[in-house]
Amino acid sequence: MTPLLATVTRKEARIALFGAAALAVAATLPLFDTGFYLSLALNVAMYVVLCTAWTLFSGPTHYISLASAAFFGIGTYSVALGIDTLPFPLLVAVGFVASAALAGLVGIATLRLSGVYFVIFTLGLAELVRQVVTWAQTNFTHGVGLYVFTDFTETHIYWMLLALAAIVYVTGWLVNRSRLGFALRIIGNDETVARHVGIDTARAKVLLFMISGGFIGIVGACLAPRFAYVEPPSAFNPMISFQVVIMALLGGTGRLWAPLLGVIPFTILFDQVSAYFPNHTSLVIGIAFMAVVYLLPRGVIGFVDDMRRLKKRFRIVLVEDEGALGKERAS
Amino acid sequence: MSATPSLAPILSIDGARKAFGGLVAVNDVSFDVREGELVGLIGPNGSGKTTMLNLISGALRPTSGTISLAGARISGRPAHAIARQGVARTFQLVRILPSMTALENVMAGAVFGHARTWGDDARHVAVALLDRVGLAGRGDAMTGAMTYIDHKRLELARALASNPRLLLLDEWLAGLNPSELKLGIELIRELRADGRTIIMVEHVMDAIRSLCDRCVVMSSGVKIADGDVADVLTRPEVVSAYLGDDDA
Amino acid sequence: MMEILITGIVLGGTYALIAVGLTLQYGVARIMNLANGENLVFACFGAFWLWSTLAINPVLGVIFIAPVAFVLNWLIYVYALRPLVNRARNRGQLEVDSILATFGLMFIAQGVMLLGFGGGYYNYNFLSEPITILGANYGLNRIVALGAAAFIAAALYLFLNHTRYGTAIRAVAVDPTAAGLVAIDVPRASAFAFALGGALTAASGALLSTFYTFNASMGTLFTMKALIIVIMGGVGDVRGAVIAALLLGITETAVASLIDPGLTLAATYALFILVLLFRPQGIFGRHPA
Repeated sequence: MTPLLATVTRKEARIALFGAAALAVAATLPLFDTGFYLSLALNVAMYVVLCTAWTLFSGPTHYISLASAAFFGIGTYSVALGIDTLPFPLLVAVGFVASAALAGLVGIATLRLSGVYFVIFTLGLAELVRQVVTWAQTNFTHGVGLYVFTDFTETHIYWMLLALAAIVYVTGWLVNRSRLGFALRIIGNDETVARHVGIDTARAKVLLFMISGGFIGIVGACLAPRFAYVEPPSAFNPMISFQVVIMALLGGTGRLWAPLLGVIPFTILFDQVSAYFPNHTSLVIGIAFMAVVYLLPRGVIGFVDDMRRLKKRFRIVLVEDEGALGKERAS
Repeated sequence: MSATPSLAPILSIDGARKAFGGLVAVNDVSFDVREGELVGLIGPNGSGKTTMLNLISGALRPTSGTISLAGARISGRPAHAIARQGVARTFQLVRILPSMTALENVMAGAVFGHARTWGDDARHVAVALLDRVGLAGRGDAMTGAMTYIDHKRLELARALASNPRLLLLDEWLAGLNPSELKLGIELIRELRADGRTIIMVEHVMDAIRSLCDRCVVMSSGVKIADGDVADVLTRPEVVSAYLGDDDA
Repeated sequence: MMEILITGIVLGGTYALIAVGLTLQYGVARIMNLANGENLVFACFGAFWLWSTLAINPVLGVIFIAPVAFVLNWLIYVYALRPLVNRARNRGQLEVDSILATFGLMFIAQGVMLLGFGGGYYNYNFLSEPITILGANYGLNRIVALGAAAFIAAALYLFLNHTRYGTAIRAVAVDPTAAGLVAIDVPRASAFAFALGGALTAASGALLSTFYTFNASMGTLFTMKALIIVIMGGVGDVRGAVIAALLLGITETAVASLIDPGLTLAATYALFILVLLFRPQGIFGRHPA
């Protein structure tokens, strides 16, 4: 992945500096609160990584992946199964490799075909993996539950997720300026053209889906200590997949950091709804989907861009009008 | 080994056939294209010209027959592999990458095609080609704001950016007004002077007459004539394919 | 073996109606309706309500439930989905938009049903006496449901292949632009096909509820299986969908009774993967051009 331009532009440097500062500020949160706000911030950090990793693949390709819960669960299980025998960092790596491998298999089966096949395949994937894991556990081990005892507190998990966020952002930036990133932008524009300029489109899509899935697996691995007791239904919760899609689309997929704009408000909203109106969560997600499709088809970021453009155009029109007026007076 | 290497065919099509269910769109067509030749592929609507082009570029897989580029078989291989071997094309209905700038559109050809450049090299190639097709200084333009002929130019530049061994033009001159047509013909003439090997599917007969060395005529999926342009266009079977039989 | 076959065919028969409903919606109206399973669940509750309060036989209940679903789906198509069809610049964008919008509908419908009926499981007794076929016992309700499903499928087949409007709908499935050129009202035919698809799915739900334990959030699983069947049978191919549905019903039953009931979805996916890898155009589909 040789970079398109070896240099870092001034704008990129500014964004990197700002991002690092924001991460540093976010990292101090546990110094002030280790209860409700840390818990909420942990959820936000988790969905930031999940949604950014999701956008890495789905942004340029427009394929809607509902496989997040499957990758997440595989990451969680990698840790839960090995925590008594292997060191934690190694298990995180296993989670990455296992999720990426599953992503590769799914990709090979579906990414040569149109987006519909992919959505359908990923729609049931978490449920499928859950069934297989449950079946394997009941038949070959003693019972389905697993305990994950570690010394990690929520603070540690939160810091791990922040570090992971930084890694995902840097990876996304590197991918965007690599041949692979350029290939995916072309594929997202017109797959026929992509093939005819010499891009192995299936390979490019599978590769990126593996990177994206691998990161989602890492998130699941990092979260395992928080669960303490891991069971298939909690690890492979299909709602995770839908929440990732809705938050990422709500923010917008055009830019690497755009999902943030969806994750922060939606996580807070969803947290409140689950706490006070637990029977209304489906409705909220449903309405959010409708809102994205009908009101914000390019997410919050698209809305902001439109407003800016409108303002700019308005200003130009104003200037032109004044110019015309001036001319009229002169004549 | 051929005694005159410059006349060795860069492209050989041997018995290419494409059937869609019961409909045979290309029916056992064979012809060769030599290096540096500009061949017109003509015929009435629905005669299988575009399908033939699609078989060469790998958009479609032939039902039977072989197509080779410089001796290496390309038929049956995926489009991206054929593109890397050195076949580039334009499309009958122009295909531009809408969310990318003009420069990036052209770089797409330079980065992934036959030439496979990257970074500043690709950028230089793209800038030079934009200049070449008459879009100098328009690299940063968003393609949405460009005219139809500019899109056609851009597509040609993208195809050229991979420095292809064989260039396929699918009705590249269609839809241009008379003055644009003149510019377009001039552009292709220059490419030919550079020694590019080109197959052009075209309905504009003036362009075929003034540009091509040779033309291949198809009708109902079958090759009905192949040879010198002036000679071929007066042959009775070609005339009747275009105008219909006298007794029809 | 015979038992597996017959139980599988009964299960496949209900799958068939949902899948045919879905293939009409996707093949003709070009909407990948991921909320289709909710039609089925609504109908389950509808049939349950009719039976428990008005004592209306669920098989006859179809006569009430299907028209209601037809109207509901017509309205959904016209007010929620047609705007997406009109604004889409290409097929890919319509696909993404309709997937997201119908996910929205799916969650909203699930939310409403959860509020109305809670998350618990429901079932009721209707014709739950045994009937002996070839030496083995089956629930009479299952056999009646299969008969009704076969009747509905046959009626649909006659409608699509032997009436003027049915032919028009098939024409839209093949090529909407060309259908428009021969004076077929494409928007209306699309709305009709979408509504008909919803009604068929609802009919299968009413029949299913006579022998199946249902709950408010099971729709997605049925949608997914129906989608897989549609792809196996070839998009828009009614006959293919029926055969694929029976194949899936038999496979699931065989895996559940011979290996492990916890692996039915794995069996479904195994079939799906085979189709994707070797015949992505569907078992009976022609190779795409």
